[in-house]
Amino acid sequence: MLKIFRFYFFDLIRSRWTVLYALFYLLLTSALLLLSPNLSKVIISLMNIVLFLVPLIASMLGIMYFYSSRDFIELLLAQPLRRSTIFFGQYLSIVGSLGLSLLLGIGIPFLLYGILSSAEIWNYLVLLGTGLMLTFIFSGIAFWIALKHENRIKGFGLMILCWLFFAVIYDGLFLLGLSWFNDYPLEKFALGASLFNPIDLSRILILLKLDIAALMGFTGAVFSKFLGSGLGMLISMASLLLWVGFPIWRIRAISLKKDF
Amino acid sequence: MTKKKLLLILCGLSLPLQSMFAARLEVCPSCSYQTIHSALENASDGDQIIIKSGLYREGNIQVTKSVHLLGEGWPVLDGEGQTEILTITARHVLIEGLEIRNVGNSYIEDRAGIRLRNTRFCTIRNNRLVNTFFGIYLEHSADCVISGNEVLGEALEENSSGNAIHCWYCQRLTIRDNQVYRHRDGIYFEFVDNSQIFGNTSKDNLRYGLHFMFSNDDYYYENRFIQNGAGVAVMFSKCIDMDHNIFASNWGRASYGLLLKELTDTDIRNNSFRENTIGIYVEGCSRIDYHHNEFKQNGWALKMSGGCLDNHLQENNFIGNSFDLSTLASAGTENTFDNNYWSEYSGYDLDHNGEGDIPYLPMKLFNQIVQQTPEALILLRSLFIDLLNFSEKVSPVFTPENIRDLHPKMNPYTLNIRS
Amino acid sequence: MIQINQLYKSFGTNQVLKGIDLNLDKPGITAILGPNGSGKTTLIKSILGMVLPDQGHILFDGKPIHKKWAYRETIGYLPQIVRFPENLKPAEMFALIKNLRGQNPDLQHLINRFELEPFLQKRLGNLSGGTRQKINLVQAFGFDSKVLILDEPTAGLDPVSVIELKKLLEEERKKGKIILLTTHIISFVEEMAEQMVFLLDGHIHFKGDQKTLKSTFGDDRLERAIANILRKDAINQSEPEKII
Repeated sequence: MLKIFRFYFFDLIRSRWTVLYALFYLLLTSALLLLSPNLSKVIISLMNIVLFLVPLIASMLGIMYFYSSRDFIELLLAQPLRRSTIFFGQYLSIVGSLGLSLLLGIGIPFLLYGILSSAEIWNYLVLLGTGLMLTFIFSGIAFWIALKHENRIKGFGLMILCWLFFAVIYDGLFLLGLSWFNDYPLEKFALGASLFNPIDLSRILILLKLDIAALMGFTGAVFSKFLGSGLGMLISMASLLLWVGFPIWRIRAISLKKDF
Repeated sequence: MTKKKLLLILCGLSLPLQSMFAARLEVCPSCSYQTIHSALENASDGDQIIIKSGLYREGNIQVTKSVHLLGEGWPVLDGEGQTEILTITARHVLIEGLEIRNVGNSYIEDRAGIRLRNTRFCTIRNNRLVNTFFGIYLEHSADCVISGNEVLGEALEENSSGNAIHCWYCQRLTIRDNQVYRHRDGIYFEFVDNSQIFGNTSKDNLRYGLHFMFSNDDYYYENRFIQNGAGVAVMFSKCIDMDHNIFASNWGRASYGLLLKELTDTDIRNNSFRENTIGIYVEGCSRIDYHHNEFKQNGWALKMSGGCLDNHLQENNFIGNSFDLSTLASAGTENTFDNNYWSEYSGYDLDHNGEGDIPYLPMKLFNQIVQQTPEALILLRSLFIDLLNFSEKVSPVFTPENIRDLHPKMNPYTLNIRS
Repeated sequence: MIQINQLYKSFGTNQVLKGIDLNLDKPGITAILGPNGSGKTTLIKSILGMVLPDQGHILFDGKPIHKKWAYRETIGYLPQIVRFPENLKPAEMFALIKNLRGQNPDLQHLINRFELEPFLQKRLGNLSGGTRQKINLVQAFGFDSKVLILDEPTAGLDPVSVIELKKLLEEERKKGKIILLTTHIISFVEEMAEQMVFLLDGHIHFKGDQKTLKSTFGDDRLERAIANILRKDAINQSEPEKII
């Protein structure tokens, strides 16, 4: 697996997309840090961008990359290798290169800024961590869709739909549901529903640090209890990990049964 | 004010005059007086009673003469959970250097560590009160100074706990440099006028750090209110000026940095509101000026409920709050926002005059959604909500027209605020 | 060496292989012929484990290949490749495959043979189809495998390279390799293959050497003989539209 990973990884980090992606974050983060005097404001702005862009880019580059390496996979499959080795190697290489872009792009400016000795270090680390998690999740979903659908147009369409669903539509439906059943106690529902969307989950994990005051002001006891304790952090982390695991499980299942 | 100053001067002059003829009565196991009671019986006005270090279990001690009770080496007066400890009814009493402990809760009477009743010109300073139900209790008193005391409670729930410094029907008090922890209210004022509160730290109190009821013309400044149920509550009062205070980390459900209810004619300036669930909650208040305050990382910087008239917010910094403003449609329309700095402002300043060229609307659509459906708060800062807010910003449908800052600053003010 | 028993495979409703039996034991070149969509590539990929059969077994060296992977060490495969990773250089690709197979043969003579030296350090994305096919050939022939499976080896090659390929095949045959290839070019088959498998509609219609094929179908030219198979098949099934 390491061989496949290394090979694809070095192929990927030389691709202009990965380089562009890293440069984009680098410029954006530097600009935000230079223009805004307030570190927590920078982190909130970055959060908005990371939650928007990371899933989108991971989805699109993931599916693009899989489709474009589709032919080469046939050559790899004829080599004395396990199937899972090939696919996990490839998956990890995508995650690795996108993750590295993100890490360098928003890491270098913050390091130069002196984040290590700042009080905001934890907020920043949570932001970075959730960004990486989302890279895992959405590259995984992209891979899963690409494996399942040989038809590229269909695959791309599904992936865009999937991203749109988690980024926007889900929250819209969520809000609609909340206002619809306004008369019922909805705290548990609200908390539960947010576990089913990795983007929402990541957002809440970051907000647990940044907007704790507002969230604690919520009138429901369930909320304060959940958000106020380490339990909320723990459950959110655990469900994020499940979200990482789910596409991997699907990739494995499909790659073992698929004909090439 | 002049009358007050005169009184203070007279008071100051009279004390040294008395002490020239004063006797020193010492209390300790090997002294001429073994108990405080016996010393008090034999003292006359103006005498000094020196209480040496040791444990004194004498139940309730009535101070009916104008004496000084001075502790040396922190003598402990223990109520053993049974009684009130010092009850002062004479004028010109000075209490200093005592440790007073274990008054014990009572649901029938408001027992206190030190009570001042119907008196004037008393000073309670540099004492330590531990577990005293009500710490220092002043009723029908005037011209007293409470300073440098440490009042440590062990309050667990509101109903069964007292206030650290409780003042009822008083005039011209000075409450300064006290530390009040873990009571129901840190400092409580009911029908207290013309008084000053400054330099105090009020922390971990269950209800309010400082609480005004029906009190007028008071002034509090340079205090710190941290991690209380709510920082300060000012209710049914007028002319309570406040400046250079810090209201921080008052969070939890329905928690405020500052709660204003039925307050009028007040100036609020140079205060810092940090990390409170709600920075200031205003209900039924009029003619209040808020300026040069800092609102930083609160849930809601300012929440205005119904019946507010003539509230003016100018030249404040709003930085990193989840919501800058929340008001009800029924809130008065005569409130203004001008020349503030809002970190959420995303406008531009083409003419470089330091002011944004488009107005800032502090009231977001999502705010109204949260008011109706509080659970929606979990969607805070999501893309969907940003889109909603953005569309509302482009063409306001729900936001009231008049709630806007026409001159939002591009950079925060440098404020004179205590850290 | 390779033994295929009653192999069935369908993709969705499309039944591609309908009970294939095949034995490949003798060294030499076996060509799999058949019209487009007759299942040639599916059969090859089944042997390589890329396509998983619905029914039937494939034995390699007497052992079933199901869920096995190590046996591919002894197979050189030339895929019908369209694209390699774009940012990769041929030299790196050879290094990767050497690395993956854990073998380190000298590919230089093949590289010289196909005159690939100048392209070794160029990005694969910038190379022409023919050059890429030559690189493909190098990796398939380079590992001295006992079995060679070649899917459309002549695709995209210029006549000079085709001649070179034929020479190469000849040499490999002499080394006693088992070579399995698919192609559309009948003359290539006529010249090179001693065994032939004719696939049509998921069945093996003919299996044997050229002489037998020609005599069975009454023509001394292979092209005609094959046309005869198709025609005969069409008449048998009275489905003229299936004629290809």
